[in-house]
Amino acid sequence: MSDINMETENTWCPGCGNFAIEAVTKKGIKKIGRNKTAITAGIGCHAKIIDYVNVNSFYGLHGRPVSLAVGIKLANPELSVLAFSGDGDSLNEGISHLIHAAKRNSDITVVIHQNRNFALTVKQFTASSPKGFVSNSSPEGNVEEPLNTLEVANSAGATFISRSFSGDIEHLQETMEKAVEHKGFSLIEVLQSCPAWYDTNSYYRENSYKMEKVPKNPDKKIREWNYDGEGKIPLGVFKKQEKPTYEEKMARKGKKVSVEEVLKSKI
Amino acid sequence: MEDFQILIGGAAGQGSKSAGRLIARVLNRYGYKIYVYEDYPSLIRGGHNFSLIRVSKDNKRSIKRQVDFLLALNKDTLERHRDKLSGRGCIIYNADEVDEAEGIGAPIETIATEVGKKIMQNTALCAYFCKAVGISEGVMKEVVETLPAPDKNLKVAEKAYQKAEKENDLEDIGDPVPLVTGNEALSLGALEAGLENYFAYPMTPSTSILHFLAGLETECDVQVMQPENEVGVINTALGAAYAGRRSMVGTSGGGFALMAEGVSLAGISETPIVIIESQRAGPASGVPTYNAQSDLNFALNAGHGDFLRFVFTPGDAEEAFYLTNLAMNLSWKYQVPAIVLIDKDISESTFSFDQSVLEKGEYWEESRGECGKHYDRYEDNEFGISPLCYPGKEATVRNNSYEHNEYGTTTEDPDEVVKMQDKRMKKKPLMEEEIERLEMVKVFGEGKKALVTWGSSKMAAKEAGKKAGWKVIQIMSFAPFPEKRFKNALEGVEELVVVEENRLGQAAEIIKRYTEVDRKVLKYDGRPFYEEEILNELN
Ligand SMILES: Cc1ncc(C[n+]2csc(CCOP(=O)(O)OP(=O)(O)O)c2C)c(N)n1
Repeated sequence: MSDINMETENTWCPGCGNFAIEAVTKKGIKKIGRNKTAITAGIGCHAKIIDYVNVNSFYGLHGRPVSLAVGIKLANPELSVLAFSGDGDSLNEGISHLIHAAKRNSDITVVIHQNRNFALTVKQFTASSPKGFVSNSSPEGNVEEPLNTLEVANSAGATFISRSFSGDIEHLQETMEKAVEHKGFSLIEVLQSCPAWYDTNSYYRENSYKMEKVPKNPDKKIREWNYDGEGKIPLGVFKKQEKPTYEEKMARKGKKVSVEEVLKSKI
Repeated sequence: MEDFQILIGGAAGQGSKSAGRLIARVLNRYGYKIYVYEDYPSLIRGGHNFSLIRVSKDNKRSIKRQVDFLLALNKDTLERHRDKLSGRGCIIYNADEVDEAEGIGAPIETIATEVGKKIMQNTALCAYFCKAVGISEGVMKEVVETLPAPDKNLKVAEKAYQKAEKENDLEDIGDPVPLVTGNEALSLGALEAGLENYFAYPMTPSTSILHFLAGLETECDVQVMQPENEVGVINTALGAAYAGRRSMVGTSGGGFALMAEGVSLAGISETPIVIIESQRAGPASGVPTYNAQSDLNFALNAGHGDFLRFVFTPGDAEEAFYLTNLAMNLSWKYQVPAIVLIDKDISESTFSFDQSVLEKGEYWEESRGECGKHYDRYEDNEFGISPLCYPGKEATVRNNSYEHNEYGTTTEDPDEVVKMQDKRMKKKPLMEEEIERLEMVKVFGEGKKALVTWGSSKMAAKEAGKKAGWKVIQIMSFAPFPEKRFKNALEGVEELVVVEENRLGQAAEIIKRYTEVDRKVLKYDGRPFYEEEILNELN
């Protein structure tokens, strides 16, 4: 199988935002080269992308795709490394890994499939579900406030922060390419509808707009939408900064350790 | 003197540990073999720290209750340990803090403040000891010269040496050897097996591996990463291993608990990884700077689902070197996780390192695939060991935490599930044979009565067994269990006592699957066995 496509049966719901992410991912990988790319995923509907794209991959555990990606990139900086994650995956279970990967500017791209619920476990609220969200674990409505994904990444020092919408595949393609091209940690939050449990298509379509350029004040722009019905939803690149990457700073020195020499120093 | 023990103690921050090291290094130059046990509470200032230095001609590695030399940086040390004196040596105490006591009063604070700095009182105390025991000033100075702030330390040492009295003569019996801790030894073993990446979150008693390797990193070809937590540690390490790096993680029981999901992930995804689990007294936060061997069951069982693993249990620094080296080679050979279950009294203790073990340090090339256009990461073959390829070449390499087919694609098909479970289990007889081929059961002495032991307990058990005329059997692998070799070792044994440091007798319960156990000698106060304690149980 040297083609990017797999013969695996696709089990996403019709109308799921994951299809758009799969399509742009395949296109992007073709450009970079299959053998120059490695992808990871956590566990959830989003993660099934691993079985649909024929490329180097490590299908990991729930919440850990970012950790795997950090390890892969450190071991082989030549690879373009993408971590596919859900809101449950990286804002609940694995949020610490996301924050620290951003903080250390690990040169990976994290794609958050933002469907704002735990979909594969059949609808519970996640960290980014709106207040009042009625789900199987919050039948009276979610009592917690949603977490602003981009604000989390920003305060952790992410050098590239972006948001797109799976309903606008061109914008998604363009934004994803920018994210992958960025040298350093990049986050792309993909707002997506979950036709089975949380259909948000028309809401995002009506309330989002595309930013024309990277805003001067990303902090403010990032807070424009509160994930809870207030404010218009900006799409595009919020922040882009050049900084040395983690892998550059950690580059190996190329000298083999001589155990005998180390022991000599212990006499 | 052929065999004596020194206790040097003080409050945390007074430098009793570095003083212990200094003394060990000086005696090392006289050819004596050294074993240093570190006893310290989990705090930074105050409390009571001490080092026990066993000095012998024939490399005894256990501690005794009786102390020959008591070196007290403060009054507290004197009061706590005075009753342990053997009468063969002497007491040297800080005369600036203690008015009058039996032994040699040394004005170490005064000397240190006069010609150096107050914190160098530990150097002054060492100098008093050196003179008393008969170490030449030259040899002492050779070692003091290597300390930080050597000029001032030398002045302090010289002055104290002048003031002190010579009490003994010390014979030079041989050449010095490297003094290494268990953690340093295991790190070197891993490096010999090609270690490229080390991942850890600090946790006593594994932390000094992180420090040691990070220290080497500045000049050498090893990358050391400190991720956000132990969950991050194991998952990041598995990512690096997948991408082709020989990777190792280190922790203690609490961190290993967090890593359990990753052990299981390594199991199903057949990603090689070495895990150092350095035990301390649990459960939970337990007694963090003291010893236990109570994670054996946990190391053998951590991780959900059925999968294979190696679990090795070194009992001293050389075994830590060898077994970690082996663990890495075997993990990459069989593509299963390999755990080195060590404990605090090896990890943090200092040993006169027998360099002949270096011959056993090897690098085994893993079985590599063709890595051409088509590559099945989980190719099912006769031995269940699929050739390894790493991403970045022509082959597409697909690892999976879900059950998968040979290509690495998720499957729930019942036949595929069975096929892959069976595929992984094909390695079991091979791993068992491999373990039987190696010397994973050590036998010391002979007799109808035998002690079975493992980990750091072997050090005291070995000495006690020798004195009592008992055979001592040491187990160095619990997964796979070296059944044949163990049964051979039991030949002719009529009475069997298991010696280990935990409350339940975890190894004893495992051993009962193979033989009857007459008695358990258990210690679980966090302190190592004294030779005499085991001896008393045997008579
Ligand atoms: C450690 C662990 N806890 C819980 C689960 C169960 N689980 C599977 S998928 C999932 C939710 C996934 O949600 P999200 O990451 O948002 O992905 P989505 O399905 O919405 O794409 C959970 C909780 C698991 N697999 N592992």
